[in-house]
Amino acid sequence: MANHSTSTHSQFFQHHFVDAEQQFDAAKMGMWVFLVTEILFFGGLFAAYIVYRLWYPELFVMASEELNTLWGGVNTIVLIGSSLTVAMAIKSAQLNQKRNIAINLGITIALAAIFMVIKYFEWTHKFHLGIFPGEFYAFDGIDHPKANVFFSLYYLMTGLHGIHVVIGIGLMVWLLLRSMKGHFDSEYYTPVEITGLYWHLVDIIWIFLFPLFYLID
Amino acid sequence: MATAETNLKKIQVQRYEPESDPDQHYLNEETGLWAWLTTVDHKKIGLMYLASVTFFFFVGGIMALLVRTELWTPAKTFIEANTYNQIFTLHGAIMVFLFLVPSVPAALGNFFLPLQLGAKDVAFPRLNLLSYYLYVAGALIALISIVNGGIDTGWTFYTPYSSTTGGAVTIMTFGVFVIGFSSILTGVNFITTIHKMRAPGLSWDKLSLFCWSLYATSIIQILATPVLAITLALVGMERILGIGIFDPALGGDPVLYQHFFWFYSHPAVYIMIVPGFGIVSEVISTFSKKHIFGYWAIALSSLAIAFIGFLVWGHHMFVSGQASLASMVFSFLTFLVGIPTGIKMFNWTATLYKGSIRVASPLLYIFGFFFLFLVGGLTGIVLGSIALNVHLHDTYYVVAHFHFVMVGGMVMAFLAGVHYWWPKMTGRMYNETMAKISCVTIFIGFNVTFLPQFVMGSLGMPRRYFNYIEQFQIYHQISTVGSYILGIGFMMIFYYLIRSLYKGKKAEPNPWGSRALEWQVNSLPPLHNFHHTPVIINGPYDYHKPMDEFQLGLAENGHGHAPQHEAEVSSQEPTKAE
Repeated sequence: MANHSTSTHSQFFQHHFVDAEQQFDAAKMGMWVFLVTEILFFGGLFAAYIVYRLWYPELFVMASEELNTLWGGVNTIVLIGSSLTVAMAIKSAQLNQKRNIAINLGITIALAAIFMVIKYFEWTHKFHLGIFPGEFYAFDGIDHPKANVFFSLYYLMTGLHGIHVVIGIGLMVWLLLRSMKGHFDSEYYTPVEITGLYWHLVDIIWIFLFPLFYLID
Repeated sequence: MATAETNLKKIQVQRYEPESDPDQHYLNEETGLWAWLTTVDHKKIGLMYLASVTFFFFVGGIMALLVRTELWTPAKTFIEANTYNQIFTLHGAIMVFLFLVPSVPAALGNFFLPLQLGAKDVAFPRLNLLSYYLYVAGALIALISIVNGGIDTGWTFYTPYSSTTGGAVTIMTFGVFVIGFSSILTGVNFITTIHKMRAPGLSWDKLSLFCWSLYATSIIQILATPVLAITLALVGMERILGIGIFDPALGGDPVLYQHFFWFYSHPAVYIMIVPGFGIVSEVISTFSKKHIFGYWAIALSSLAIAFIGFLVWGHHMFVSGQASLASMVFSFLTFLVGIPTGIKMFNWTATLYKGSIRVASPLLYIFGFFFLFLVGGLTGIVLGSIALNVHLHDTYYVVAHFHFVMVGGMVMAFLAGVHYWWPKMTGRMYNETMAKISCVTIFIGFNVTFLPQFVMGSLGMPRRYFNYIEQFQIYHQISTVGSYILGIGFMMIFYYLIRSLYKGKKAEPNPWGSRALEWQVNSLPPLHNFHHTPVIINGPYDYHKPMDEFQLGLAENGHGHAPQHEAEVSSQEPTKAE
């Protein structure tokens, strides 16, 4: 980061900034502010979770047993690994190792895809048992009248998180294509940096979701 | 050439006097429909917002007139009860989400924030354009809901009614969801712009109070709007998948919806009014020719309102069955909002004291604001006390209160801003006499419309009702007559502002003699705002200092982004003041 200098010569320098450093700082700050809005966005669902968990603590313990802790754990490791590789992609950019940017982004995309595949099998397994959200709930393995609410929350929160993972994959495919064209180097890697920030947030949200749903039994 | 010291760094500066009627300006450098639709220029985006919010203000206004006309008689006058429910719902939803929330920040804020910061544009111009299109898309989706069954839930979409009733609630909530993201992205953009795009020498204590108010507003937008988005998404999911979070029949809790909704919608009230406070500060200081009284008190009270505004949402729910301890706490916190608001009112009036006041039409609108907002604010204190609230809850007293704040406060401030900045935006002067006449018309019409509503509300007339008992008829009729006067006033403004575009005389760059930065550029402003990088050594309200100290820019800087000047821009860099 030290070597941002006062260059205004990069082809990606936008005219309304004074220099590349201002452009980089603005982009980074914009993403941080956006991440705050994301936390509030998920915050509504976390608040709903807290309310229902306080009302029906025994339901959450019972229903949580239906979730597969092993695969949830595997997914946690996969996602933390992808956060590491995206950080490595940024470091590669800072060190001007253009090939490594693409490699690390590629690994990140692969790990994110693995996460989604595991998620897919978890969801379809539950659909198979009749565990649907809300009024479509048709599973009789849990002896609690509000079991559908737990799974509504489960599907909403993991679903919204899943949408964020898919958006992240899309962003990183775009970054991968750009990095293969050689757009990023130690002078200019703003999109890699701010997508990395976004990806860490997606990771952190999962780190909260995993214990709140899978580990409470 | 001269030498100016900013933060003890010496830089070469030069005086740049603004030209009137320049050959090249932002309206003629890029022309054609496609250039408008794809522009990333904050000024054009601001104008497009201004046109859009004006359009929706008229749509919402016509619905208000339909509602008022229907209430002329105690029973049916000319529309069916179900249609009436849909019309008042749309009036509320359109006015709140399509007019009030984007009016000042997205229209006037977009235009003047970068100018007041001495920047060429907002930090993320393309994101800014995206915000506009999200707003348009959300508005279109909301309009689809009208032809697709309509909605009759009220603008608050309370569950379980909203999750079970027929009509197009899902489409409407999706439309508002999309508009919410427009608002969030504008907030992200503005916060980053204020932090990162300020001109050399523009320290936080020289930031205009309009920028401070937009800063406070943006903080509310980014913190509150996502909660509204997720809440409305949950209502949509409730209707599509029956997830049952808010529906008691499925084990959910409707009061939880109210908590979520008001966690956004109370702060949203401040999204609507705080930018108006910023306009008041600008106009008061300019037309008193005097430094604003209590700069920091006004700046920080905006932030205080933003902060306290997040802690008072429960005062909408005193009769919802929430814990009485919670009600007491919320009531107490609600009174606290009165303190920063009162600080502002006293500072504004103190600014007028011993100023050389010129009662031009923008200031006249601000005087209207003072009276109406004072009534709106004080009746808010009345409603914040639990005992009175239980009596007045969901009556016309509440309707009158929030119209005094939203229309009497916000719309008056918005109109003041439009009149104040019209010469800079369009390069034309409007007819001052007509502006004053319509200001007085609106003030009278407004009071005739809404003062009777306080009376009938305190006598027990519930809000939103289609039928009412005969003893209220006289109040309803006075109110309806007032709404027509109000409508005439708005039409007059529309007429002479449009007329000024064609027949108005050319505006000087600084017709009000203001010291603020946006008046130190040409009228109309150039496409990239400044032909030089402005250097700020005085605050925007320093009327005791000579004008030439306010028209400084970096010397030998030229256009700033033309290729031949690039080297010079870089060489200026070490002297940039943070």
